[in-house]
Amino acid sequence: MKSIEAVNEFVIRFANVNGTGSASANAMFAKSIFRMGVPVSPKNIFPSNIQGLPTWYEVRVSEKNYLGRRGGVDITVAVNPQSMAQDMSDLNPGGFFIYDNTKALDLRLQRDDINLVGIPLTDICRREYTQARQRQLFKNVIYIGALAALLDIDFSVLKDLVGAQFKGKDKLVASNIHALELGYQYAQEHFSCPLSIRLERRDLIGDRVMLEGNDALALGAVYGGATVVPWYPLTPSTSVIEGFEKYANRLRIDPGSGDRRFCVAQAEDELAAIGMVIGASWNGARAFTATSGPGLSLMAEFLGLAYFAEVPAVLFDIQRAGPSTGMPTRTQQSDIFAAAYASHGDTKHVMLIPADPKECFDMSADSFDLAERLQTPVIVMSDLDLGMNDSLCAPLEWDDNREYDRGKVLSAEDLDNMSERYGRYLDVDGDGICYRTLPGTHPEKGAFFTRGTSRNEYAVYTEFGDAYVQNMERLNAKMETAKKYVPGPVCYEAAKKTRDGVIFYGSSTDASLEALDLLAEQGLHLDALRLRAFPFSKEVTDFIDNHDRVFVIEQNRDGQMRKLLIIECDLNPKKLLSVVHYDGMPMTALGASSHIAEVLGKNNVTPLRKRKAGAKV
Amino acid sequence: MSYIRPSFRHPDAQANAKGFTREDYEGALSTLCSGCGHDSVSSAIIQSTFELSIEPHRVAKISGIGCSSKTPTYFLGKSHGFNSVHGRMPSVATGANMANRDLLYVGVSGDGDSASIGLGQFGHIARRNLNMSYIVENNGCYGLTKGQDSATTDIGSKSKKGDPNPYEPIDLCAMALQLGATFVARSFSGDKEQLVPLIKAAMSHNGFAFIDVISPCVTFNNTAASSKGYEFVRDHMQATGKIDFVPVRSEITANYPAGFSEEITLHDGSVIHLYKDDKLDCTDRNSAMNAIAEFNDKGQVLTGLLYVDPDSSDFHKIQQTVSQPLSSLNESDLCPGARALGAINASLR
Repeated sequence: MKSIEAVNEFVIRFANVNGTGSASANAMFAKSIFRMGVPVSPKNIFPSNIQGLPTWYEVRVSEKNYLGRRGGVDITVAVNPQSMAQDMSDLNPGGFFIYDNTKALDLRLQRDDINLVGIPLTDICRREYTQARQRQLFKNVIYIGALAALLDIDFSVLKDLVGAQFKGKDKLVASNIHALELGYQYAQEHFSCPLSIRLERRDLIGDRVMLEGNDALALGAVYGGATVVPWYPLTPSTSVIEGFEKYANRLRIDPGSGDRRFCVAQAEDELAAIGMVIGASWNGARAFTATSGPGLSLMAEFLGLAYFAEVPAVLFDIQRAGPSTGMPTRTQQSDIFAAAYASHGDTKHVMLIPADPKECFDMSADSFDLAERLQTPVIVMSDLDLGMNDSLCAPLEWDDNREYDRGKVLSAEDLDNMSERYGRYLDVDGDGICYRTLPGTHPEKGAFFTRGTSRNEYAVYTEFGDAYVQNMERLNAKMETAKKYVPGPVCYEAAKKTRDGVIFYGSSTDASLEALDLLAEQGLHLDALRLRAFPFSKEVTDFIDNHDRVFVIEQNRDGQMRKLLIIECDLNPKKLLSVVHYDGMPMTALGASSHIAEVLGKNNVTPLRKRKAGAKV
Repeated sequence: MSYIRPSFRHPDAQANAKGFTREDYEGALSTLCSGCGHDSVSSAIIQSTFELSIEPHRVAKISGIGCSSKTPTYFLGKSHGFNSVHGRMPSVATGANMANRDLLYVGVSGDGDSASIGLGQFGHIARRNLNMSYIVENNGCYGLTKGQDSATTDIGSKSKKGDPNPYEPIDLCAMALQLGATFVARSFSGDKEQLVPLIKAAMSHNGFAFIDVISPCVTFNNTAASSKGYEFVRDHMQATGKIDFVPVRSEITANYPAGFSEEITLHDGSVIHLYKDDKLDCTDRNSAMNAIAEFNDKGQVLTGLLYVDPDSSDFHKIQQTVSQPLSSLNESDLCPGARALGAINASLR
């Protein structure tokens, strides 16, 4: 058997039981690689459960800087007997299977094409610790210590991370370092360290930072001036609100009074949460809420109101696998239709689609400007993969000269200086965006009645068909204006001239870009375009027009973005080819590249992982 | 509905303390059926805000959907209004209030809007003790969809269609009390003398002030057998006592009307005077709940102030928000700046 040989280029997967404290130990492992200057991308794959079910943590280490999922596993740390059979079968030939050999491995679990690395984790814990909880927690730290020896992790980096994690709690620092050493020593004494898969210190991180997309959205909202934050708990969106509160408690306390320059309120449901956002935005504050698919469905009626009554609203949709309750802790990009056309009647909503935490931060802050500029809901489309996993990205930036764009809002002075009659829905500038006034502004002028019923340009209720049509046409014109304000797509030109193109967006970006490299290695060149917003700008239609075939890579069954492009850009459906992945795990580069290669008629890639039922990629 | 509004105003029409006349508080012409109880409520709101010398533009009117929710168009034409979606006025009002604590919030809803589709939001806004006046114009039926029974229709009550309602009604006052509302009253659109001081007290209350106003639907639910008709309510109404409201600005003289024996001082120093007849203790939640049940058993409608907590802490106090409106904060108040972000970046490496 030939062992896999790799330096700084591998996939390791931890198989744990949830609720046992493995998450923080595994995160420390990923962070130590980051600190060694090697690009790393961890994915937490967790159940909709608090304790006792299988959970995985898959870490992509790539000095070539590939941050998406590759596909296949080179090292498995198998600490969960429940999933051991699956974990072993998922391992690539020549890979390493690290397991707890306190008990002998089940005889049915044998493969002769992998390396078994047995460490008596339970035994070591039983010997060292008396309390059950300690035995459980330190087991995780011990295998990290063992990995330090097996993979050549700089031990001082781990020590620093422990020191930072338990800052001010010296006893905990000492006990955690001791646990790391227990694992380290055992591995040193029993195996030839390092393995043929190992790490080497590099300087490839630059000034990049590592954080979760949800944390970045939260921070963007703090910087973007959000003050009213109603919400309803829903995985995987909850940590956006927790993040906002965490940062706001640090950065938004009035120094004189100690009072809060923000208001976070847990609503009774998602309907109330978006209703509060709309009420606050109508009244001049910047407000947002975060939700996922089920919440988005509930919010539909209110989103239609905000569209029609032209009230700004910011919503972060952290998508998860649907339909219905679906797989609540698995990722998907399957709310595209639900968000783009949320609510009955002719509605359409602006969507921003970030691909990494830096973009989450930027688009979060920008969404408040856009919502107020366009006086309509803006939905930021993230997902569980981007939202809840640490990702590497450029450092967050803020220009201190930046002023919030509060859009077309008339002050008391503006109203005083107006000679003509004020019309809330009068398109004075010809861009479809009218001037609004805020409650309480002027004693005599500017008051109007906001309503979801049809009205004329002066906000007076009407059922007169012409006035209704004129208003609907103006709303359409406003969506055209929106194309100028939303972020444009990002284009990636192929090394060789080609008539084939690829479109992808959001969390599919990293794996898609890697897939393009894999295809290029086979001589298959494709230009690429990354969507960043809806409505689609002219650059998007130009890209499609300039290619004969365009693949649309996305993480849902129905190819929702492909269909949205066909509908909105009035395209020949045959021109757009769907490449979908929707098993709830983040998509892989190998999956996408083999699918595209197959279509292009030159499939030279042998899949490392067998196709799972339901996953087309 | 009426198509003509008389332009004549009494030449001696007095201005209030802020210099506004009653006309400044009026709205568009009502499109409701003539004789609709809701128009009397609009009129009581106009009178209350006029007498309280509230600046009209400092009021925000918010409603849901239904006949009652149409009424904010018919009063306070110089105030911003928001006719939202069915049953969701409470959330829009909550957001608006979170954004700007300095305006006066008047929510208008109906029995369909608050007791059926919006029951959840109604319950939670009461718990939150949002500083607002929440007026339900309760006609015991769905007027705008032509007279179906609502959740507040009394069991056995007969609408114009003739079938007695077979289901237990929801008593919104009892619910509000149970859910922690800090001001609860019931009134009748036909009793302006009681309704106006109640609305004034509600507007001066620091917290969630709920008034369930029985407001007959003249078109669909004003039959002799309807418990929400003019005739029934007039015959079966029992008031908790006469009520008078003295705003803080007024000079309080010793000349209380005869028989007024109890004073409740609100947070801003304004005073509610009650003629106490031992029916209930208005500062005791349990007493109010018992009184409602007792009169209900007798087939009578208890109106008047049922409960008030003069020391209530509103939502902003619970939330510890800054004293100025959140909507008035600007970049320098809200944005931590590039330096702070640099420190955050450093912590993420």
